[in-house]
Amino acid sequence: MARIIVITSGKGGVGKTTTAAAMAMGLAQRGHRTVVIDFDVGLRNLDLIMGCERRVVYDFVNVINGEANLTQALIRDKRCDSLYVLPASQTRDKEALTKEGVGEVLEELGKGHDYIVCDSPAGIEHGATMAMYFADDAVVVTNPEVSSVRDSDRMLGILSSKSRRAEEGEEPIKEHLLLTRYAPERVDRGEMLSVGDVQEILSLNLIGVVPESKAVLNASNAGIPVVLDSESTAGQAYNDMVSRYLGEDVPMRFLEAEKKGILSRFFGG
Amino acid sequence: MGILDIFRANRDQGTASVAKERLQILVAHDRAFRNRPSYLPKLQEEILAVIRKYVEVDMNAVSVNYEQDNDQELLELNIVLPEAGGRG
Repeated sequence: MARIIVITSGKGGVGKTTTAAAMAMGLAQRGHRTVVIDFDVGLRNLDLIMGCERRVVYDFVNVINGEANLTQALIRDKRCDSLYVLPASQTRDKEALTKEGVGEVLEELGKGHDYIVCDSPAGIEHGATMAMYFADDAVVVTNPEVSSVRDSDRMLGILSSKSRRAEEGEEPIKEHLLLTRYAPERVDRGEMLSVGDVQEILSLNLIGVVPESKAVLNASNAGIPVVLDSESTAGQAYNDMVSRYLGEDVPMRFLEAEKKGILSRFFGG
Repeated sequence: MGILDIFRANRDQGTASVAKERLQILVAHDRAFRNRPSYLPKLQEEILAVIRKYVEVDMNAVSVNYEQDNDQELLELNIVLPEAGGRG
């Protein structure tokens, strides 16, 4: 049976899809049979981030409705053999994701995969609750910013009360905090919440800190998950996150501002 | 921090500490509210109705508070009775 990981946040635009793509690619690169599912019905974007938008024929809702089988809908990643993408539907109504339908698809996928990564839509509506309902693990993506932290806390409340594990009285979902768009130099200037601040407020196990990086936009422009850009700080940070998820003890990086040269230091550049 | 920064902002005046303080209060409040049993408002209403059968009390004379610690739940009931007796 596969382990189901939901990438969630509550707030939009914090980096859920980037994280889902990175998590899935990172797991697959390490040899785990992985599938990543886009739960954002109506606003699919994971296919773009994964660079497979032109290969979408059938989608998640087609499978649930029995209009296509999984083999037809799954898109195999061209860079990594053990990675598959299940795209969201672009046009259907959101209620198309029924609990039974989602459950059946996950169960079938679980037979042939080690990890199922669920990319949640923003908000706390139907799509988001479906994405987290069957999860074993949750990565709560948060920016060091007030509304994002608050929404993450709300999402934690939902994870602990509205999931399958909560309803069936099983061991709760394992929750992890991923801080993204972190700018250490702004933290130093007292302009941005620090990792410690966010951890203290949410009291959550920290799985990674991804620094603000131009590489993220470059990667999405090109349809290449940023985790594959091992030159970039964001790519390295995402790689660390995957290793930590798999139980490796990897120290946190990119928490300190880069040292400036003497000239820019003097003139406060 | 460059020399010119001395004339700009002081690092202690950053807004991050304000953000942290606001969030701590907000999150504590949100969590307390979210853990409240859903029957609380109804309970308060019914208790008030029973009391008003015997004593003339104000609509907001009854307050029901719910708190949760690590190992215990506390349901606090506070009723303010008027100074002189009831309806007789």
